[in-house]
Amino acid sequence: MATFIPAVRCQSVTKSYPVGDSEVKALRGVDLEVQPGELMMLVGPSGCGKTTLISVVAGILDQDGGQCEVFGRNFLHMPDKEKLNYRARNIGFVFQAYNLLPTLTAAENVAVPLIINRTPRREALAKANEVLAGVGLGERSDSLPSQLSGGEQQRVAIARALAHGPRLVVCDEPTSALDHETGRRVMELLRGVALAGDRTLIIVTHDERIFDFADRIARMDDGRITRVATPGQEREPS
Amino acid sequence: MYRIALQMLMGDRGKCLGMVMGLTFASLIMTQQPAIFVGLMTRSYSFISDLALPDLWVMDPKVQFVDDIKPLQDTELYRVRGVRGVQWAVPLFKGILKARLANGTFQSCNVIGLDDATLVGGPPVMLQGRLEDLRRSDGVIVDIDGAQDKLAKPSAMPGGQPTPLQVGDTLELNDKRAVVVGIAKVTRTFQSQPVIYTTFTRAVSFAPRERKLLSFVLVKAKPDVAPVDLARQIRAATGMAAYTREQFAELTVDYFLKNTGIPINFGVSVLLGFIVGAAIAGQTFYSFTRENLRQFGVLKAMGASNGTLLKMILLQAALVGSIGYGLGVGLTSLFGYAMRNTILAFKFPWQLLVFSGAGVTLICVFAALLSIRRVIKLEPVVVFQS
Repeated sequence: MATFIPAVRCQSVTKSYPVGDSEVKALRGVDLEVQPGELMMLVGPSGCGKTTLISVVAGILDQDGGQCEVFGRNFLHMPDKEKLNYRARNIGFVFQAYNLLPTLTAAENVAVPLIINRTPRREALAKANEVLAGVGLGERSDSLPSQLSGGEQQRVAIARALAHGPRLVVCDEPTSALDHETGRRVMELLRGVALAGDRTLIIVTHDERIFDFADRIARMDDGRITRVATPGQEREPS
Repeated sequence: MYRIALQMLMGDRGKCLGMVMGLTFASLIMTQQPAIFVGLMTRSYSFISDLALPDLWVMDPKVQFVDDIKPLQDTELYRVRGVRGVQWAVPLFKGILKARLANGTFQSCNVIGLDDATLVGGPPVMLQGRLEDLRRSDGVIVDIDGAQDKLAKPSAMPGGQPTPLQVGDTLELNDKRAVVVGIAKVTRTFQSQPVIYTTFTRAVSFAPRERKLLSFVLVKAKPDVAPVDLARQIRAATGMAAYTREQFAELTVDYFLKNTGIPINFGVSVLLGFIVGAAIAGQTFYSFTRENLRQFGVLKAMGASNGTLLKMILLQAALVGSIGYGLGVGLTSLFGYAMRNTILAFKFPWQLLVFSGAGVTLICVFAALLSIRRVIKLEPVVVFQS
């Protein structure tokens, strides 16, 4: 009988940052489990530790204490090179500020994670065009980011996060820079395209209007997860 | 990834151009100034290079360079001829004499007196007339640059073009008549004075009366005798200094390097070119990287290793370095070509390409190191900061 492995399992994760002579405790023992194919939203006030938590989950920040496993692998136990390769293959990123490379076309931007994973350029661009078509931007593949609207740029960023077929996508405030309608379309895209194939999504957001897209919502406060609930439960008073 | 690196670089045209300009400037200064320096140093021993036939130069042991004339007694010539291994030895006069021009002004000239019998030591290329014409009464051969410039006959009309000295013209050397019987091409000398060739006897008659008038003894070694060994024997037998052509040229260059401010002046120019180039390129490259830190952070977050980013930065530096180096060297070559027939000393040996290439590489490495340090220390978590 196969052992069930969660997409993300965090146990008692702690993280502090030095600020001057003192230190700020960003995570004070976080426990969280996200299942494969699940869309988990992390919500909470500014400075509660959401971004720190997804940075730890994505392997771009080491926690001070506790365990954090992604598909059964603990980044802390990996040599640097293996950690890089694991991240390059298994994790996709969507950023609040899109973070597209301004001198690359939409297709070239989408091809970047494939190229990092050593896919030949021609093949990477073909795949990038395919993914761009999947997010409705097949016609804009040769456009530079500066020639695209905010919503289009975020769709390119989503295509980039998906192009190499990662098993986990972490999104930091993907709709905060977009108007309500564009934000909903981006979420529909994430829900429809990104979750296909048992992919797991963790989305950090403040935007309550998109809570309905989540399978579960983890509420954070002061470095701890205070409640994990479905959108329906979230609407009820705790 | 390398293509992405180049696209990042080319995408910021202003900074790319700034870096290329800085490196072009550095490369230009690091080739053009040393080329002039090498040209000047070559001129310092051009008279030695032009005299290809003799193996050895014999002179007073206190002579420090080719223009530092300390005359010998005439009898020294016979002492040299008496040394075993000497095939032949001839006298050479070299001195600065004043030529009186048609308008009454005077021009210092480098007068070379050749052995009357053999005319050994004559100009390397005759443009008009023959070397043997020196045997004609009062005959002198003038170098073409001197004939066209400093010894040219002034125009009768104020502001008019002077007329170049020609075969058949006369001039006065130390109040004595001389007739131009030939025009020669010689390598320009350090002082750029006109060079006048004549026979030894006539040169001595032009020169002010002095007890000793023999400047050098030019020696040919017998076929089975090494010039270096013969030089040693002459030194031992006569007490005079004896050098091969290369040794005498080296002695002359050493004198200029040690006793004039020329190397320091040019060295300062080259150093300034290097520093300014390094400052412009380094600062611009660092600023370019700093502005792209978020992009490097994104690449890092997506799994690009420090090694990959390092190679990307080195490639960017290498590209701007190559373009800047090529432009700088090209501009120096154009400068040299444009100045080829002027008084300016310019010599561009391949070693200068290596020298400036090393300088530009150093600047690029310096510029890249500043940026690499920043990128290596960059935490990818920066991409989540809005």
